[in-house]
Amino acid sequence: MAENFKLKIITPDRVFYEDEVSMVEFNTVEGEVGIYREHIPMTMIVAPGILTITKGDEVKEAALHAGFTEVLPDQVTVLAEIIEWPGEIDVHRAEDAKARAEERIREHAPGTDMRRAEMSLKRAVARIETVKK
Amino acid sequence: MASMRDIKRRKGSIQSTQQITKAMKLVSTVKLQRAKQRAEQSKAYFKCMYETVTSMLAKSGNLNHPYLKAGESQKKAVIVITSNRGLAGGYNSNVVKLITKGSLQKEDLKIYAIGKKGRDALKRYGYEIVEEDSDIIEEPSYVDAMALSKRLLDAFAKGEIGEIYLAYTGFKNTVVHEPTLLKLLPVEPVEKAEGAQETGSKAMMNFEPKDDEALDMIIPKYITSLIYGGLVEAVASENGARMQAMDSATSNAEEMIDHLSLQYNRARQGSITQELTEIIAGANAIS
Repeated sequence: MAENFKLKIITPDRVFYEDEVSMVEFNTVEGEVGIYREHIPMTMIVAPGILTITKGDEVKEAALHAGFTEVLPDQVTVLAEIIEWPGEIDVHRAEDAKARAEERIREHAPGTDMRRAEMSLKRAVARIETVKK
Repeated sequence: MASMRDIKRRKGSIQSTQQITKAMKLVSTVKLQRAKQRAEQSKAYFKCMYETVTSMLAKSGNLNHPYLKAGESQKKAVIVITSNRGLAGGYNSNVVKLITKGSLQKEDLKIYAIGKKGRDALKRYGYEIVEEDSDIIEEPSYVDAMALSKRLLDAFAKGEIGEIYLAYTGFKNTVVHEPTLLKLLPVEPVEKAEGAQETGSKAMMNFEPKDDEALDMIIPKYITSLIYGGLVEAVASENGARMQAMDSATSNAEEMIDHLSLQYNRARQGSITQELTEIIAGANAIS
């Protein structure tokens, strides 16, 4: 059993989560990471995906879309621009958004902002997966 | 001396004005509470954001990043945050004065106005208003700030503007509000004194991806958070300023009413005395 560290998730509007946890996992632009206590100090950019918090036997999940993380040996701070608990997600809206984004990417019409379409697709997928789990 | 009826009418009108100012004071007090709470809740985020960015800049010696030096364009974009409504004392004019009386050249400025009052005033002075998003201030949201900062950074990347400023009213506490002009871009390298205070653990911070890319992604977030922070603080300041203005208006009205009541009673007394004198004089004449 790994030792606990302090996890703090802050959004511009509120403190989303603050507790002692044993592990946190999320996506970064460089790939998926899982962080235990005594990680080397590091700042990472978040990519849309699921954020998993493990605290003892308890596992919590949230959809994390954008922001960055500051990792210190005994503390992890997630500065999240957008993050939601599964209960806060509107699945129908996410599915609509997914369909819309896929459509846009398939058509590839000139003038479409492909990066934006991709980002919104990723966000929608992250939302849907968080709810389904 | 004014007639009794005139004084009475005047008093009535001041009384109804006082009722309005009193009601407005109550409303802004409630709004201030809410805005203050929001400003305090978001503070943790900005503090963390600021610390991360300063430690990043202190560490990376690479000052050639586009976000760290002024663009070639002479144009300077200024986001001006004011309110949509007046009756808030010097709140709006103080922000406008920052721009008109400041060191910035009128011809170089492109104004991104948030808030109708500031927009109107600057338009009157002949500034170039590029864009206005006056609805944002009613209910500041992070998404709005994101959209605005993206538009600004796009313009910066295209070379349309060389520098970005933010003019807003900082919220120190309920009675102290400071009109502030903040330089958003280029990001100023942190002063040495501040960097030295950083703890050892921060100094060893690694970045993933590497510095340049990380700066690319974090700086826009930093700008967004500053804009959002400006919005939230401006709303709190606006309501604080209005509360104060309405408070002094209410007490001024109180003073005027007191004064007029005195005048009214004097006039009433005078007219009674006069009437009595007339009756007595009449009775004397008969006898």
